Amino acid sequence: METAATKAPARGLWSGDEAVAMAALDGEVALGTGYPGTPSTEILEAFSALGGRAQWAPNEKVALEVGLGAAFAGARVLVTMKHVGVNVAADPLFTAAYTGVDGALVLVSADDPGMSSSQNEQDNRRYAVAAGIPMLEPASSQEAYDFTLASLELSARWKIPVILRMTTRVCHSKSVVHRRDHPLPPAPAPSFVRDIRGRVMVPAFARPAHHKLRKKLDEIRAWAETSPLNAVHEGSLALGVVTAGISFQHVREAAPEASIFKLGVVYPLPLEALRRFAAGVERCVVVEEGDPVVADALLAAGIRVEGKPEMFRFGELSVSRVRRILARDESPEPPEPKAKPPELCDACPYHPVYGALQRMGCIVAGDIGCYTLGVMEPYQAMDTCVAMGASVGVGLGLRHVLPEAQARKVVSVIGDSTFIHSGLNGLVEMVYNPPATGHVLLVLDNGTTAMTGQQEHPGTGRTMSHDATGHVSIEGMARAAGVKNVDVVDPVKDPKGFEELLTRRLASNDLSVIVSRRPCILAAADIRAFEKTNAAKAAAASPCAGCGSDDAA
Amino acid sequence: MPHSLSPVVNVVFAGLGGQGVIKASDVLADAAFRAGHDVKKAEIHGMSQRGGSVTSDVRFGPQVHSPMIPDGHADFLVVLAPTQVENNLHQLRKTGVLFPPDLVPEESLKNRRSLNVALLGALSTHLSIAEEHWRAAIQDALPERLLQVNLEAFEAGRAAERARPPGKGRHAAP
Ligand SMILES: Cc1ncc(C[n+]2csc(CCOP(=O)(O)OP(=O)(O)O)c2C)c(N)n1
Ligand code: SF4
Repeated sequence: METAATKAPARGLWSGDEAVAMAALDGEVALGTGYPGTPSTEILEAFSALGGRAQWAPNEKVALEVGLGAAFAGARVLVTMKHVGVNVAADPLFTAAYTGVDGALVLVSADDPGMSSSQNEQDNRRYAVAAGIPMLEPASSQEAYDFTLASLELSARWKIPVILRMTTRVCHSKSVVHRRDHPLPPAPAPSFVRDIRGRVMVPAFARPAHHKLRKKLDEIRAWAETSPLNAVHEGSLALGVVTAGISFQHVREAAPEASIFKLGVVYPLPLEALRRFAAGVERCVVVEEGDPVVADALLAAGIRVEGKPEMFRFGELSVSRVRRILARDESPEPPEPKAKPPELCDACPYHPVYGALQRMGCIVAGDIGCYTLGVMEPYQAMDTCVAMGASVGVGLGLRHVLPEAQARKVVSVIGDSTFIHSGLNGLVEMVYNPPATGHVLLVLDNGTTAMTGQQEHPGTGRTMSHDATGHVSIEGMARAAGVKNVDVVDPVKDPKGFEELLTRRLASNDLSVIVSRRPCILAAADIRAFEKTNAAKAAAASPCAGCGSDDAA
Repeated sequence: MPHSLSPVVNVVFAGLGGQGVIKASDVLADAAFRAGHDVKKAEIHGMSQRGGSVTSDVRFGPQVHSPMIPDGHADFLVVLAPTQVENNLHQLRKTGVLFPPDLVPEESLKNRRSLNVALLGALSTHLSIAEEHWRAAIQDALPERLLQVNLEAFEAGRAAERARPPGKGRHAAP
């Protein structure tokens, strides 16, 4: 039988994200779930395009929980998110390390050193250590493919979630990948086997579960000592380099003569193998992007290595920066050449909104999405942007303590996808602890997740593959939560009406939600096409389509 | 230094979001892959849809390590937006070749949006990648209805580069 797996070519030039999707397909992953976020978004999109079962969750925590349930039932699961998404999913993650899994669960954490499209450059290798979850890190698309399969194997063997840590350069770079034929044993069919002590984490069961986790990690550490996922490239004895991920590629080019210990397993570290490697070279340097995670661990284990100068904690590494690290060159680096920053599209529906916010001198508690670009010239109409969903809480906090004249100017501004992701929690807080001056929450509903490339979300009523599904109404949620004034307006059709409404709502002491609804100009044509297709499908599926009766069935 | 002797070819593409920078680099990477090279391609495309600067690096040869081209090591720099030439010149080797957006005359393109493919045509005259691989790569990257216009643009780019007087504006540094 021809399946998606047999149709896709055996060899290709793929991005790291596409390679993970291909491995998920070849590794018989039953479910892929996640929340969009650069640079991870393309993994599930590619998996879905290949015929895999993939779906967007409302946020990363829910994605991980859905994945965990499926893995408890014995399925192989892939959960994807960007680095900050792991913060959202951290609560179930730490305890999932205790419960373990039955099938296999691989969590892709796509980190963004250098912040090409992120609000921070946190180093998620710390999560592996903090939660006690094994972590693999690929250095190329081929390794993204191989390590996804290795993660599935590792997860199934030790019944533990595994984190596959990628970075922007590995996710988005394309390089040559060879697929393998039936790389894993066939996936067993899911079935529920009760394990109360193993999965109900009340203290009495969680205590032994923690001991069990540490025992697993000891075993995995022993396995990592000889795992082929860690590789030594022999070279000069004068210089040894310990490295992982994309930094390995830079090192190969910057110091082709060096001996290299390339880590594939970044947690738990193969400390004894590393100790031998370091002892065998005159000088041993750890070259890693981001925080000195490996360097600190080796130094703490009494292994004689050099870390990098502090200035290289910031931003991505490159061949030239690796040369500097090896030469201990701490002289100032040449300034980044000027690049043109992104801006709102000319016909973006957000223009009239930010025009009004600017004219009215609002204090804008902002959020993350295309609409964050309202902070740029000519509007500069955003005062805070911290994390997805934070606009609501931050706006409320400002209102609680500011003098009345200022408090009345505070507006929380959030996108539709972000509102569903974590703005809902803020909405509940708003109703429960309303400021004396009330509050105004402005939801910018452009019918898509524009920032990350137009993904669907529960508010669009379409699945990842754009088929019709349940629709979560933003205004319905606001009304149900108990917000007094809920309005839906089109700021492009009626900019004056929008501004007048906002002025009225700011003057009152009530709670108000204004849904500003107008599709993203780049997504509008697609949205219309999806709606048309889905309406046609619905009509065809209704029993009286065509002949007007259901006798034909 | 061994790296400067390596036969790896380094091409940087630059422009603004929506101009087809990534598409052009995809076509080159695919053509080089079809020609049997090891290929790596790197780009940052986080917010590129919103008109910001975009660059994409393509490297190919017998074996490529880092997907990113070190500053000053690009053999070729292909720029789609006039405003993006100056800020990317530092990427080019002293002997490197620049392909500025005005290399291909406006009137020789049926559709200005195929400038990316036209500049690929110009670039192709410097590379030993067979015609059939270029054709296949372009065909794979573009929808059927845009194919003809782009194949013509590719030819227009080749002609423009052949007509470029040697030494005139070709190199980044005098
Ligand atoms: C925890 C977390 N997950 C994902 C992201 C990536 N991300 C940034 S904004 C955004 C959603 C934007 O969609 P929406 O709120 O609809 O605004 P739009 O871009 O359409 O204006 C996403 C997914 C993030 N920054 N943080
Ligand atoms: S992509 Fe859509 S939401 Fe984003 S700036 Fe452009 S029109 Fe606005």
